Amino acid sequence: MNKKEFFSAHDPKIIPTLQKAVIGIAGAGGLGSNIAVSLARAGIGKLIVADFDKIEPSNLNRQQFFIDQIGIPKVIALLENLNKISSFTQYHVHEIKLNEENIPFIYKDVDIMVEAFDKAEMKIMLIETWLTHFPNKPIIAASGISGWGKNKLLHTRKVDNLYICGDEKTNLQTGISPMAPRVGIVANMQANLILELILNENNQPQMNMDER
Amino acid sequence: MNADNKIMKKITVNDNIIDWEKNMTIIRILKIMNYTFRMLVVKVNGELVNKANYDEFLIPVDADVKVIHLISGG
Repeated sequence: MNKKEFFSAHDPKIIPTLQKAVIGIAGAGGLGSNIAVSLARAGIGKLIVADFDKIEPSNLNRQQFFIDQIGIPKVIALLENLNKISSFTQYHVHEIKLNEENIPFIYKDVDIMVEAFDKAEMKIMLIETWLTHFPNKPIIAASGISGWGKNKLLHTRKVDNLYICGDEKTNLQTGISPMAPRVGIVANMQANLILELILNENNQPQMNMDER
Repeated sequence: MNADNKIMKKITVNDNIIDWEKNMTIIRILKIMNYTFRMLVVKVNGELVNKANYDEFLIPVDADVKVIHLISGG
């Protein structure tokens, strides 16, 4: 399959912008694996993904991995899966636990950062690190994604360059676990917002939303 | 401070308008708003306020305060 064939369903005007974009994804679990798959299909130029976890059976309820990948580091399995989708995105993966020191180094070249962690402490650490080091680059976080249903509660809130996708309400607790549909929706809200930020900024004159 | 002045001095917290108070801190705002969650990112007039400064950073009049609650799950 050549590049022209892969992109034949894309609007040709947006392809150069998509192929120039560099997106950082922090975490390769329920959010990160879904975001990466969508952005690879969208034709983003480069994805930089970091995670230190290995795949466990419990991950398969919502994460883009397969039974024969259990036990493998998530970033290695994700790379394997992304390479089966498209060779027109560069994938840079880091098997590492992200912290205040390595985040500014690993993600220094990205246009937009995506928070795709599971634990609230890690979400805050990333957001604070990002806003401190790169206040002018957007960061898209997720908060309140667990359970099922309640589509109406899902939204995107903009606070300067920080965007929050989710319901900002639903806590993880006994009986409310993250599940594929809602996690997938929020992951794709984050991915969809990335496309909006990239394409609206670069293709505003050509875009006519009424015609789409 | 007289009552009239107090009415005029306001801040915005997550799009809710509340009265400004002298020596107002993030801790005080969280109490007024009845925000009991711990996992927060707080911005005042676009600037990040770190957790260590929640009881020291003084909120200016007319401040735009955003409190973002981060919930585990991903």
